[in-house]
Amino acid sequence: MSARPPETPACPTLIREADRVGEGGNLLDIQRRMAAAVMHPLTRAETMPRRRRDGASNRAEAEAIIRPNDRLTSFERLEIYNRQYWFRLYGCFEEDFPGLQAILGRVQFDALMRAYLADCPSQSFTLRNLGSRLESWLGEHPEYIQPHVTLALDMVRLEWAHIEVFDSEEKPRLSAKNLAAVNENSTLSLQPYLRLLALSYPVEDLLLQVRNEDGSSTSSTNNASAARKRKHVRHFAALQPKPIWLAVHRLDNTVWYKPIAQEEFRLLSSLCNGQTLGQAIEAAFTDSPLSEDQRAAFLQEAFASWSMLAWFTQPPRSRGAGESHA
Amino acid sequence: MPPNRFNGFTDYGVGIGLRIPHYQHILSRRPVVDWFEIISENYMVDGGRPLEILNQILEQYRVIQHGVSMYFGSAEPLNREHLKRLKTLVRRTGTRWLSDHLCWGSVDGRYTHDLLPMPYTWEAVEVTAQKIRQVQDFVEVPVVVENVSSYTEFHVSEMTEWEFLTEVVERADCGILLDVNNIYVSSKNHSFDPFTYVNFVPTHRVAQIHIAGHSKFEKYILDTHDHPVLPAVWRLYARAIERCGPTATLLEWDDNIPTFDEVHAEALKATKFLKTASEASSESMATAGYPTLVREADGVGGIVSGVDQ
Repeated sequence: MSARPPETPACPTLIREADRVGEGGNLLDIQRRMAAAVMHPLTRAETMPRRRRDGASNRAEAEAIIRPNDRLTSFERLEIYNRQYWFRLYGCFEEDFPGLQAILGRVQFDALMRAYLADCPSQSFTLRNLGSRLESWLGEHPEYIQPHVTLALDMVRLEWAHIEVFDSEEKPRLSAKNLAAVNENSTLSLQPYLRLLALSYPVEDLLLQVRNEDGSSTSSTNNASAARKRKHVRHFAALQPKPIWLAVHRLDNTVWYKPIAQEEFRLLSSLCNGQTLGQAIEAAFTDSPLSEDQRAAFLQEAFASWSMLAWFTQPPRSRGAGESHA
Repeated sequence: MPPNRFNGFTDYGVGIGLRIPHYQHILSRRPVVDWFEIISENYMVDGGRPLEILNQILEQYRVIQHGVSMYFGSAEPLNREHLKRLKTLVRRTGTRWLSDHLCWGSVDGRYTHDLLPMPYTWEAVEVTAQKIRQVQDFVEVPVVVENVSSYTEFHVSEMTEWEFLTEVVERADCGILLDVNNIYVSSKNHSFDPFTYVNFVPTHRVAQIHIAGHSKFEKYILDTHDHPVLPAVWRLYARAIERCGPTATLLEWDDNIPTFDEVHAEALKATKFLKTASEASSESMATAGYPTLVREADGVGGIVSGVDQ
């Protein structure tokens, strides 16, 4: 078929021909310009701003690339995509971080969400990874989680760990034969779905309460549910921070939060970092108040529990001969 | 003919989208459904419940993969990680074809997670067709591309959407997932006759058809997938089936999702159109002396009868 000129817009425009993207355009240029408009933050009223943060006119940009019709201006047509983009991201982010939202409240959470998503747009083909940079971003922007900085950061760590644990790989568990052959020079592989968290607040309890409220509330009970959530948050925020260690793991395809001892945390973390069992045990009991006898019993109980939960996995096949690997 | 090389020479009938609110019903009741369409990205993960559910579904049902973020029309190169994960899933599901949208959605490594409309230019035809070919070569199953609903048009466009679609699929040598709801939505937003679009599409490349509901606003129509199929879309579907013959059809319902039975009942309204087209097709083939195909669901795939010439 032959190319033909664009149809005459039904609605006359004020734009000069010279302002438009040239004949045939340039695909990358058009996509960059449209993406810049679509991904630019909305106004407080959830509309597309007339001017961008850099001073550029969104109206002029829309008119340069978008054809108006008899009902909508170029700006209004582009605005549909701008709003869709943000509403989609808002929905996803809110779904991923209900605990953080409960801690901060609606207004502060909204401000954080808008700022984070503007600074850290998705770089993945899946929205699953939208919150992957939140913890590090908050490290640079603690003003968004004042006055509950530690509580909020703990919650972010837990909620991101939950997302990762939910669909991470499950490897075959370590066989009883291989487990029996473990010695102090062995390195042990742990399930990819296991996450170890060092926290200051029992945020797993708060998150479970928030999820229960979300699961049980209907439109008619939303206000009561929100009030209960605020009450839960006040309770946890009033707690004295203290070291808490948590394993986030998966069993029967359900995500579980398992409180663990500091020694367990250290030992498992060392194994995750590739240290030998001997080195991991040494790290686990550094400054530990447990006696020698207690340590032996502790290790026996811990390894029995971890084995039952299938946290140890078969070693990778590619390891070289001569290395000791369970 | 509807069973063609773009849908693996299958005749799948009427399917529905596999959605989380229906998991329990499907796995406990095992309803009779011709096939399910899955959103590929929801299962391009390494483990956990998504894959467990998918495995259970695959034990009982035929599954076709439908993607939302390959962005054939993006000017930037394909994402290798995405492709690898997609191919892994293709091997798991045994999908007979793989669909995604004729759109763009990412630039400079940043994703909008939207199905953004293409400028209908010759440059875009070349870029898009080349990327479809690359994907098709990599995943080793037929790729079919879906027309999207849109709310904007570009000054630089050099052809109509249906001309653009045709140029792309011819150059990429791929199939079409014809979304008649999207055609209807875009026709209202851009003031064209939707039947002109349907009448232009190269029918021999149509592997599958989508139907869905939409929402009307004062100045435009939004493709919301949260309503039953509207009469105007059924009329467009009837015309598409009339032209294409009985084609694998899928109802999309993604928001305000009602019960499984309600969604399935809505989808099965397509059956009467398919039956009519099938009868017309059989008569036509019998007259011409061609062998006939039966559906795999009937128990015997492939050619089962012929007519002496």
